[in-house]
Amino acid sequence: MTTTPMIRMAAVDKHFGDLHVLRDINLEVATGQVVVVLGPSGSGKSTLCRTINRLEPIDSGTIEVDGEKLPEEGRALAALRADVGMVFQSFNLFAHKTILENVTLAPVKVRRTGRADAEKNGMALLERVGIANQRDKYPAQLSGGQQQRAAIARALAMRPKVMLFDEPTSALDPEMVNEVLDVMTTLAAEGMTMLVVTHEMGFARRAAHRVIFMADGEIVEDSTPDAFFSQPASDRAKDFLGKILTH
Amino acid sequence: MDALIQEFPLFWSGFLGTLRLALFAAVGSLVFGTLLASFRVSPLPPLRFVGLAWVTVFRNSPLVVVLFVFAFALPQVGIRFPTFNGNAFFWPGVAGLAAYTAAFVCEAVRAGINAVPPGQAEAARAVGLTFGQSLGTIVLPQALRSVVPPLGSVIIAMIKNSAIVGAFGVTGELFSVDGALSATGVYPALSILTGIAVCYLVITIPAGIGLNVLERRIEVKR
Ligand SMILES: Nc1ncnc2c1ncn2[C@@H]1O[C@H](COP(=O)(O)OP(=O)(O)O)[C@@H](O)[C@H]1O
Ligand SMILES: [Mg+2]
Repeated sequence: MTTTPMIRMAAVDKHFGDLHVLRDINLEVATGQVVVVLGPSGSGKSTLCRTINRLEPIDSGTIEVDGEKLPEEGRALAALRADVGMVFQSFNLFAHKTILENVTLAPVKVRRTGRADAEKNGMALLERVGIANQRDKYPAQLSGGQQQRAAIARALAMRPKVMLFDEPTSALDPEMVNEVLDVMTTLAAEGMTMLVVTHEMGFARRAAHRVIFMADGEIVEDSTPDAFFSQPASDRAKDFLGKILTH
Repeated sequence: MDALIQEFPLFWSGFLGTLRLALFAAVGSLVFGTLLASFRVSPLPPLRFVGLAWVTVFRNSPLVVVLFVFAFALPQVGIRFPTFNGNAFFWPGVAGLAAYTAAFVCEAVRAGINAVPPGQAEAARAVGLTFGQSLGTIVLPQALRSVVPPLGSVIIAMIKNSAIVGAFGVTGELFSVDGALSATGVYPALSILTGIAVCYLVITIPAGIGLNVLERRIEVKR
């Protein structure tokens, strides 16, 4: 008897034209596990993240979320995506909707939650990420850090089984990075299953159970944060760490 | 000038006729053109093909030919339109004008859709919206912002194009006033045609102003 992993990728390959972006990816993420994905720019981290909810289709292999194989494009896929929260580097809040509308839209449209319930729950989430007082503003009126916290609230409003983060703090001014990482750290501590592409070493050490290092579309290392940061096994990881730790 | 005053009822009914024709065709082409644009960005290849085929055919055919097809060829193959106040050419005129204009509406809306940052549709899909929901609630409302000015030009061109419908036989439309009067023999062409042109301006200039107001409204609300 083994328990079903929350995410399972087996023998996944993907090309963009001639470019082999994901090479034979095998990865299982257990329920409640927090995995940080590291690697140089262009190594395929975003693509990996985006294949898990099929924003990018794969060429071959299998991806399962909570034991269910990713469906083809259509209603079943939309239903699966509703259970997988995603946070983008560029926030991607709905520009023509207020912050509260951003958080209630999918629960109302996809989950068929009543508006009053959706707003109550939405306000609780905005409260939790510390931007309840911004509820009636439009995204462009908020700082980057506030927008990213709203985007996290939007994803959480669907009560997802797993959360994917693709460099959630890379587009932020330095003074706003921590307000977003704090929300993520709390989420991790509460037991959310998370796959986080980030170069924030502090977050990785503090919140991650596991670090994956990618290079050229391959998973090169898969270990604990302590082991990875203190004794990386591969030369590429050493090289990478040397670069990001010196600046 | 006398002719204009004398024939005022004829001009007035022509004016109303053109307004009616333009209104129906505008609504029809906006709705259908937007639908075609959603076909063109659909994930389903057959829908994309239909959208592309429609645009290719109608954008590249002369309007007169399209109108003749709707008025004369379609009835011959069994597609008949009801009459409108006894006028057999009204609905074929509306339909032909709308079918033709929809191709231009489609391309304007599609350009607007492409101008919406792709992250918006991605975020919509990521929270579980279907393609239709994402298009209808996230992408199109944002696309419409940038689409109002080009759509305005398309609709104003359509109002002017509606004169062709009058020329080939929808009586009670502005341009048909010219035909009606020239048939009577008394025909001060310059003043009558000037009158007709002024009537068109009375429709198209306010339409343009209305669109500018609409554009500014949408601009503010974000
Ligand atoms: N939509 C795309 N079309 C073509 N190439 C792409 C596309 N997205 C990413 N790539 C390429 O795939 C490689 C991996 O990209 P990405 O997954 O974004 O890497 P990372 O997130 O690690 O920086 C890069 O070389 C990138 O240029
Ligand atoms: Mg990336």
